[in-house]
Amino acid sequence: MDFNLSPEEESFRDEVRAFLDENLPPKDERDFAAVAEFQRKVRERRWVGFSWPEEVGGGGGSVMQQVILKEEMAKRNAPSLGSCFMGLAWVGPGIIEYGTEEQKQRFIPDILDSKYQWCTGYSEPDSGSDLASLKCRCELQGDEYVVNGQKIWTSLAMWAKWMILLVRTETDVEVKHDGITCLLVEVDTPGITVRPIKNMAGNAIFAEVFFDDVRVPVENRLGEEGQGWRVTVSALAHERSSISEVYGLTRTLARIRELAKTCQRGGRPAEEDPHLRRRIAQADMRIEAMRLNGMRFLTKQLKGEPLGAETSINKLLRAQLEIEFGELALEIEGSLSVLGKGDEACPEDGHWQHVSLNWPELVIGGGTPNIQKNIIAERVLGLPKD
Amino acid sequence: MNFGFTEEQELLRAEVRKFLDRNCPLDEVRKVAETPEGFSRQLWGRMAELGWVGLLLPEKHGGAGLGWVDLVVVLEEAGRSLLPSPLISSVLAGAAIALGGDSEQQSRWLPDLAAGTRIGTLAFQEGDGIDPAQTSLAGVTTDVGFRLTGEKLLVADASAADLFVVAFRASEASDALSLAVVPRDAPGLGVEPHISVDLTKPMGRVRFDAVEVSGADVLGPPGSGGELLQRLIDCGATAVTAELVGAAEAALALTVNYAKERVQFDSPIGRFQSVKHPLAEMYVDIESTRSLCYYAAWLLDENPSEAALAVSRAKALASERFPKLGIDVVQLHGGIGFTWEYDAHLYLKRAKWGRPAFGDADWHFERIVRLAAAAASAV
Ligand SMILES: Cc1cc2nc3c(=O)[nH]c(=O)nc-3n(C[C@H](O)[C@H](O)[C@H](O)COP(=O)(O)OP(=O)(O)OC[C@H]3O[C@@H](n4cnc5c(N)ncnc54)[C@H](O)[C@@H]3O)c2cc1C
Repeated sequence: MDFNLSPEEESFRDEVRAFLDENLPPKDERDFAAVAEFQRKVRERRWVGFSWPEEVGGGGGSVMQQVILKEEMAKRNAPSLGSCFMGLAWVGPGIIEYGTEEQKQRFIPDILDSKYQWCTGYSEPDSGSDLASLKCRCELQGDEYVVNGQKIWTSLAMWAKWMILLVRTETDVEVKHDGITCLLVEVDTPGITVRPIKNMAGNAIFAEVFFDDVRVPVENRLGEEGQGWRVTVSALAHERSSISEVYGLTRTLARIRELAKTCQRGGRPAEEDPHLRRRIAQADMRIEAMRLNGMRFLTKQLKGEPLGAETSINKLLRAQLEIEFGELALEIEGSLSVLGKGDEACPEDGHWQHVSLNWPELVIGGGTPNIQKNIIAERVLGLPKD
Repeated sequence: MNFGFTEEQELLRAEVRKFLDRNCPLDEVRKVAETPEGFSRQLWGRMAELGWVGLLLPEKHGGAGLGWVDLVVVLEEAGRSLLPSPLISSVLAGAAIALGGDSEQQSRWLPDLAAGTRIGTLAFQEGDGIDPAQTSLAGVTTDVGFRLTGEKLLVADASAADLFVVAFRASEASDALSLAVVPRDAPGLGVEPHISVDLTKPMGRVRFDAVEVSGADVLGPPGSGGELLQRLIDCGATAVTAELVGAAEAALALTVNYAKERVQFDSPIGRFQSVKHPLAEMYVDIESTRSLCYYAAWLLDENPSEAALAVSRAKALASERFPKLGIDVVQLHGGIGFTWEYDAHLYLKRAKWGRPAFGDADWHFERIVRLAAAAASAV
């Protein structure tokens, strides 16, 4: 065991730190322009798409360098490296792995420059956890695909220019994962209707998307016809060690501890309440477990072993923490926790009310806890599939 | 960056595993645990020959000169086998002498401890608490040292022990705590076995009736014992956590196998989510505790003054989750899990034994809150 960085890794870390010292806008000065300027400079360094090969414009960073970069950024709570979230997270890697030369040239530079948003049209009203059962119809007519059907929970659809879309090109298949095709679709194509859905926090961030005879040129297909499942879900789920996520969680817990100093409970600061202390310690312990689990995953990666189902461990811990944070903060606030943003008496102007209503993004969005438990039970423990 | 084991450590693990599989299957564990001594002297002798008993001790005293990370490997495997043995006790006694003893004391005791010819243990608890400050066993100053009068409870492997590392207090002052090494045959010392729920973890009550201790038997300057004892408690918490991880993993494997084989409603019960999901949760708890435990062990080797927080996180998770895990293991087996014959209860009892050992979850949670606050404000 050795938690030290090699001299080269250290010098890379120092480079990132020096960059941040010089270019990270102070917290209270992070307006749109300042963030955009920061992201431009990060891009110049090729730290956006840092893991991507250099020939497509990526940074060609090693696994360890990627971790260092993300870690240093996360420690300082820096803005995201780019604003093209899904493009950078999975559309780009998918195009790099399965795309044609033409597609790479057309899309990758724009993703790296965060020129516009991508959105992800996978889930359907009847196909969520059981995504492979998706039905959105698609037929080849000449050199165009014609799409009819519906997607739902499509985050950012109302702002996105492009969508990565899964459709069914074949219905008569033995295994439902076959016959699915992946298309890259411009959201303003005639026949597409986007209807925002308001979530329980009162915000509309995802949408329903309807397809009515939407025509998509064949050259916008990503990968082979019928190979959409492999192209997207399995191939793009490049599992990562999730170490950098821990900094955000640590920060949230630190903020909860501050809250516990200012709020009163039974005439004493809430931080003296044994029950709340216990819950703070439990959260602390689980965050550290996530960090160290992540270190073990990273060690595996560095040895060249692929990561698999074990990363569901941290997804489950994280889901638990995301829910717990909101609940813990509201309990600390006590009676005042029922007040919302804008009310003078509401602690921290509704910050924790917001947190306590937004956990589904992380708990449901990327596969529910039940599904993560199935993954562990079946793929790690070898129990029969249900 | 490498949060994994070296090749040597993996070899050590395989060696221990092979040895215990061959020499300490569960029917042997049951047999040995029911003997008056509660462990096998023969196995102990061989473990000592293989170097596991003196793993941490310096080579010049016959030890292997290895560290806590290595020891955790051995203890995980020992836990997996539910090996009844005074290994942790003797390791802690050795650590007390290695950390707190002068060179004369080390030469006097460590070679025997390393060779396994004498067994040591830590006698510190007097009741429920584990805080060093709760020590009240009195040491009255004499011409040559101290005269100890009082009683220790829950002394691990008390019947097996030849040497007791005893915490006592010379006065009410907070800095008056000392540790002394007292041989079993010291006049006035009496051992009476406890009745333990977990038969693989024998414990005893040790009475001190005006036991004379010379100054040469006191570790470190008189009064310096509090800090040393706290360090030993942290070592003990880490050791117990490692054993609990191994035991929990064996319990999970037992239950997973059962869930694959047992058929009800025309299906292996492991297909039902109310069976498979608790098993997945066990896996999450085991792997997470393991990560925390490895890190605590690494800090005990590399930076012991910073280890307390990491130790508490590891032991807290083990104490919080493993008794629940043991209950689930029994429950998921149905009626068979409730029988004396079947092994499920052995794991449940081990987890329950481990819960309060060297601090329960609440004790460690409280320390986490304090230490994490200090760590945060230091940044
Ligand atoms: C904030 C947010 C953003 C999202 N963004 C996108 C997006 O951009 N693009 C996109 O395509 N999708 C998106 N999703 C959709 C998300 O992927 C799905 O919500 C998720 O896969 C669950 O599907 P579902 O909602 O249909 O629930 P269901 O699959 O119907 O699940 C309902 C309940 O049943 C349980 N369940 C289902 N199957 C099983 C099983 N086999 N065993 C045990 N329990 C089971 C689930 O755990 C859950 O509790 C988003 C979701 C959220 C909440």
